[in-house]
Amino acid sequence: MKFAVIVFPGSNCDVDMYHAIKDELGEEVEYVWHDAQDLSGFDGILLPGGFSYGDYLRSGAIARFANVMKEVVKAADEGKPVLGVCNGFQILLEAGLLPGAMRRNEKLKFICRPVKLKVENNETMFSNKYDKGEIITIPIAHGEGNYYCDEKTLEELIANKQIVFTYQDNPNGSLNNIAGIVNKRGNVLGMMPHPERAVSELLGNTDGLKLFQSIVRSWREAHVTNS
Amino acid sequence: MYRVKVYVTLRESVLDPQGNAVKNALHSMNFNEVEDVRIGKYMELAIGKTDRNVEEIVDEMCKKLLANPVIEDYRYEIEEVAVK
Amino acid sequence: MSQILEPSPEMIKNDKIYKQMGVSDEEFALIEKILGRLPNYTEIGIFSVMWSEHCSYKNSKPVLKKFPTKGERVLQGPGEGAGIVDIGDNQAVVFKIESHNHPSAIEPYQGAATGVGGIIRDVFSMGARPIALLNSLRFGELTSPRVKYLFEEVVAGIAGYGNCIGIPTVGGEVQFDASYEGNPLVNAMCVGLINHEDIKKGQATGVGNTVMYVGAKTGRDGIHGATFASEELSEASEEKRPAVQVGDPFMEKLLLEACLEVIKSDALVGIQDMGAAGLTSSSAEMASKAGSGIEMNLDLVPQREAGMTPYEMMLSESQERMLLVIKKGREQEIIDLFKKYDLEAAPIGKVTDDKMLRLIHKGEIVAEIPVDALAEDAPVYYKPSKEPEYYRQFQSMPPYVPKVDDYKETLLALLKQPTIASKEWVYDQYDYMVRTNTVVAPGSDAAVLRIRGTKKALAMTTDCNSRYLYLDPEVGGKIAVSEAARNIVCSGAVPLAITDCLNFGSPEKPEIFWQLEKAVDGMSEACLALNTPVIGGNVSLYNETNGTAIYPTPVVGMVGLIEDTDHITTQSFKEAGSIVYLLGETKLEFSGSELQKMLEGKIFGKAPEIDLEEEKQRLDQLLAAIREGLVQSAHDVAEGGLAVALSECLIGTGLGAEITINGDALAGLFSESQSRIVVSVKPENKEAFEKIVQAEAIGTVTNSGILKIVNGNGETLIQASVEELEQAWKGAIPCLLK
Repeated sequence: MKFAVIVFPGSNCDVDMYHAIKDELGEEVEYVWHDAQDLSGFDGILLPGGFSYGDYLRSGAIARFANVMKEVVKAADEGKPVLGVCNGFQILLEAGLLPGAMRRNEKLKFICRPVKLKVENNETMFSNKYDKGEIITIPIAHGEGNYYCDEKTLEELIANKQIVFTYQDNPNGSLNNIAGIVNKRGNVLGMMPHPERAVSELLGNTDGLKLFQSIVRSWREAHVTNS
Repeated sequence: MYRVKVYVTLRESVLDPQGNAVKNALHSMNFNEVEDVRIGKYMELAIGKTDRNVEEIVDEMCKKLLANPVIEDYRYEIEEVAVK
Repeated sequence: MSQILEPSPEMIKNDKIYKQMGVSDEEFALIEKILGRLPNYTEIGIFSVMWSEHCSYKNSKPVLKKFPTKGERVLQGPGEGAGIVDIGDNQAVVFKIESHNHPSAIEPYQGAATGVGGIIRDVFSMGARPIALLNSLRFGELTSPRVKYLFEEVVAGIAGYGNCIGIPTVGGEVQFDASYEGNPLVNAMCVGLINHEDIKKGQATGVGNTVMYVGAKTGRDGIHGATFASEELSEASEEKRPAVQVGDPFMEKLLLEACLEVIKSDALVGIQDMGAAGLTSSSAEMASKAGSGIEMNLDLVPQREAGMTPYEMMLSESQERMLLVIKKGREQEIIDLFKKYDLEAAPIGKVTDDKMLRLIHKGEIVAEIPVDALAEDAPVYYKPSKEPEYYRQFQSMPPYVPKVDDYKETLLALLKQPTIASKEWVYDQYDYMVRTNTVVAPGSDAAVLRIRGTKKALAMTTDCNSRYLYLDPEVGGKIAVSEAARNIVCSGAVPLAITDCLNFGSPEKPEIFWQLEKAVDGMSEACLALNTPVIGGNVSLYNETNGTAIYPTPVVGMVGLIEDTDHITTQSFKEAGSIVYLLGETKLEFSGSELQKMLEGKIFGKAPEIDLEEEKQRLDQLLAAIREGLVQSAHDVAEGGLAVALSECLIGTGLGAEITINGDALAGLFSESQSRIVVSVKPENKEAFEKIVQAEAIGTVTNSGILKIVNGNGETLIQASVEELEQAWKGAIPCLLK
């Protein structure tokens, strides 16, 4: 399976994502610059964390107009897995690939620490290697991760089982403790916690690895059936 | 030439933690009259000669980029200024 | 914008306008002699910043010469953007610490943020990839609203810049003391990694080569920042606010990536950050180091504001700018490379052979100064030095013995002292994990980062207990270096070298100059004994408010090499049953201690003793044991003494410990005797460990979740649940900020 790590000006977790895929997951991966015109050669699209365009105006607001985003939308329409982490999640929200918006953390401070998440839905292509209800530890590092959507949207998210991860101890004020959601089709995941930071024994946490393994498993299954 | 002032604020239904923090600070400084604080963004755009309707362009800019309609409201003032 | 008429050369002389810029009468006479004529406004501005303490080290140079700067691993000593140390396999580590005290006192968020931005540029201008940031911070007591504001904003500024640019902030220290009330210290350190062939220098060689300007446009911000940094703070300083610049970490991220790409190009001849004194210092220093000259056409300098004068352009301290020297004819490649990152690269001048800095504006020569006069040949002063009266008094005092009734309450109170208490509130705001190399996060003795693709790792720390330095700068200087080395070794690393940031009061006062001299003497001796040469640093003098100086605070930034990630050691106890050892001798030493300060509200007496040979021997033994795999945890005994150190070994582990203190209970619990380390060892490794390390077994790790300390007769001195220790320790700073 071949992944693209999209690099916007100001992305800074691109390296972490790249190495998580290459060194820990053992799959193919390439950096793709924000002005790329074609993502057809990739099986999965990763939008890393960071401060694209300085997060000036609003997190992710400017990045969504980068050339490559048209291709990301196309990949999502084709059903390819698209994962946005942290700033990547914010970009997916701004681009309308996922519903809702991000506000500043409730306590107005940037927070960096490992947090406990609950796997609410383990039937997505991003979470099928986890158990339902499994508690995992994944680090967060953000200043604007306070998820918001209107009531109707929230009802839909719940009804469609689009909430994949929730915080055990809500660090930022997110609505319904939401840490990560998928689109209706289930192939676009946005999450504030950083699974790519939890893939190495040496760094003391490998809880994020199963997320990437889930993507590969789903892709392999689909790939085998299709061909 | 137009000078456009754009004001972006969080929608009323959306919690404004920054505004709350400022309100509390003002209260602690004995400005107890303050009932509410909402913090927003203010932008100034200078728009040159155009054949299109300026109001339409500005509205489009607000919708597309300057504000996020999911959580933010916007309003603007357009002023025509003579080119020096 | 209306142009303000600049004073004529005659007016500058007759009205002594140079004095407002910090140039003395003698210096002005010297400038007149060097030029053979009167300087114009631009020229006197250039001289004033280049001859400021911040750029020229004119007051500290004679003292700095004492530092040992050579070592078998040192590839680059002081003098460039940052020092470089070899770590084998064709790799090297690049690091430097720098102060941003005065800007942070005036505008704490931006002052701290631009301090971080500046030190990052120093490291990547050497060609290195910055991998980590550390910060050493000092504030007044955390009781006044002003200090709380400064503390919160400085931390937010560091976080804002470091998090955005994506370099992890992995460590440092924060201490609180009344002497920093009006003059906080913000010292930022950056560590980078480089391959030997990529090492670049800030030199303008090759006559005819092109001088290029890259990065942010030049505005009127920060004019006279270097001079500002070399003055005492006063009520009037608040009005000098325009001297503080605004940082743009997004711009710097682009600049960083673009510069690291340009480093690989053979078109690049030299590169230097435009830091303090911006375009002036970068051009003059690059030319002076290369023995060449530089001619620049200021009309070509990218400008953010209209109608800027040569004076303003040369003295601007706009952030996120670099000066490059490029081989003639290769300019377009460089322009294209920067364009990819949406950055502008502009040719603005050329390298000449006449050793002059020549500036052209609107077709006229507006400045012409010999570069050496600005850089190497700046005046040097030998300041008078005098032993202060207080020191003599302290030396003659009998040993201080604190009165303590309740040991447990004392321990809890110590854990709540802001200097000792958990700094989680601080580092929670720093992204310390980005780039996923951080093996040991903030909170242990030193931070540890792996080097991807190798078995190696780097340990890094900043240290300085300024109370000891105030009591005795020479002994305190030795302790600062030794404590850093102890922290590095406790992490499993061999200390490589140090960078230092010498924060002192006004050198015009002989007593302050004496502190500086003595501190450097002590540090130099420790550097020699511990084999950690000084590879660079920074001096920040005039740290005074309304005539009162800060404690002498020479912050030591040290980096160590871990040969194998298996050797990485942390301070936390690992499992029940382990034997707890104390390395080093405990004496009745309470002067300058946290306990003395807590009980007396001030410090006095003689600083704790330190024997450098003993320190070195102990650290060598410990490192040998760590490399043999015999050590489960190691933790330096520092502020608050053994009881605090044991608490820190236990917090967060769910474990407990039973400890016996033979000898004086008070000293055993709270003395701050130096060169002591708490180590835990598996019982099966007892013999092997004791063969290598001289240490006293003082107890065992238990499952109880309780710290129990008894005396030689088995009488309980302290019995406390680790949970209550943790609450006191973790809750203190958030509680004070409420």
